[in-house]
Amino acid sequence: MSEVIVVTSGKGGVGKTTTSANVGTGLAKLDKKVVLIDTDIGLRNLDVVMGLENRIVYNLVDVVEGNCRIKQALIKDKRYSNLYLLPSAQTRDKTSVTPEQMKKLTDELKEEFDYIILDCPAGIEQGFKNAIAGADRALIVTTPEVSAIRDADRIIGLLEANNMDKIDLIVNRLRMDMVKRGDMMSIDDVVDILAINLIGAVPDDEAIVISTNQGEPLVGSDTLAGKAYMNICHRVIGEEVPLMDLKAENGFFAKIASLFKKN
Amino acid sequence: MNIMDFFRKKNSSDVAKDRLKLVLVSDRANCSPEVMEMIKNDIIKVISKYLEVDAEGLDIQITQTDIDGAKGVPALYANIPIKKLKQTSE
Repeated sequence: MSEVIVVTSGKGGVGKTTTSANVGTGLAKLDKKVVLIDTDIGLRNLDVVMGLENRIVYNLVDVVEGNCRIKQALIKDKRYSNLYLLPSAQTRDKTSVTPEQMKKLTDELKEEFDYIILDCPAGIEQGFKNAIAGADRALIVTTPEVSAIRDADRIIGLLEANNMDKIDLIVNRLRMDMVKRGDMMSIDDVVDILAINLIGAVPDDEAIVISTNQGEPLVGSDTLAGKAYMNICHRVIGEEVPLMDLKAENGFFAKIASLFKKN
Repeated sequence: MNIMDFFRKKNSSDVAKDRLKLVLVSDRANCSPEVMEMIKNDIIKVISKYLEVDAEGLDIQITQTDIDGAKGVPALYANIPIKKLKQTSE
């Protein structure tokens, strides 16, 4: 059974695109047939995060307008032959596509793929409405900050009003050192406030910046964020994986330092 | 725990949580300050029939409470100082 998953947040810059890229790649690693769709028309970025920016010929708007067939616009990933990207148009705007057209597109892709991941633009306007139109479930990305959580709450309300019954939360960019000293809300605090199911937490990790620089998602790698994203992928396909210990400090010197730290 | 922590103010994460909880309740209730003001005036009008209340000291807010084990149930909280109990002249 195939599933259409929208990755959304309300607020910009919390990690929707990074999450889409890593969850999509991770599901492909788990031998699922996956297509990633960048629905951020005018501000496309999923292509660069995936490292596929040089291969774009046709885009989402071309498909919707019938300038090409879906197959022609799909870009095959560099590493995984069962992973594809449908890039967004850079020179158009959000009104180039309607929710009905998006629904039709995702329904067609469902016949071919196990998972269709939609990278939603920030905001709650047309772009958001397009992205959620055909979605079966949503992954809400938030960071432990008041502005991101407030926007996430608004998005959850809108999704519920649109009868989205499967909504899961990803808490991104956690800094356990700050949580420990009481200067950042914890995973439990965020879950408590938003009152939806937690599907994973991702630590603030320098490795993410490096992976974005290189255009290679780090899911499954031996980094904290890589492991956290892989765990999320396992949970997306319905496996039960315990929450990892984000406190594990990296490196030799961190371990030595922790020996001398009080408490 | 450091001994200085006793003298420190509330954690900033607790401050964030408290602020968020309040702002979300009013976001969810979709209650504008104007509507709150109207509710407040109407409450004063009704209560004033029976009691002499301090309209200046009246404070109402939408907040959360725990009822019958259900956490975070929205509640209208009103703090109404009474000046004088009116005698029913019969």
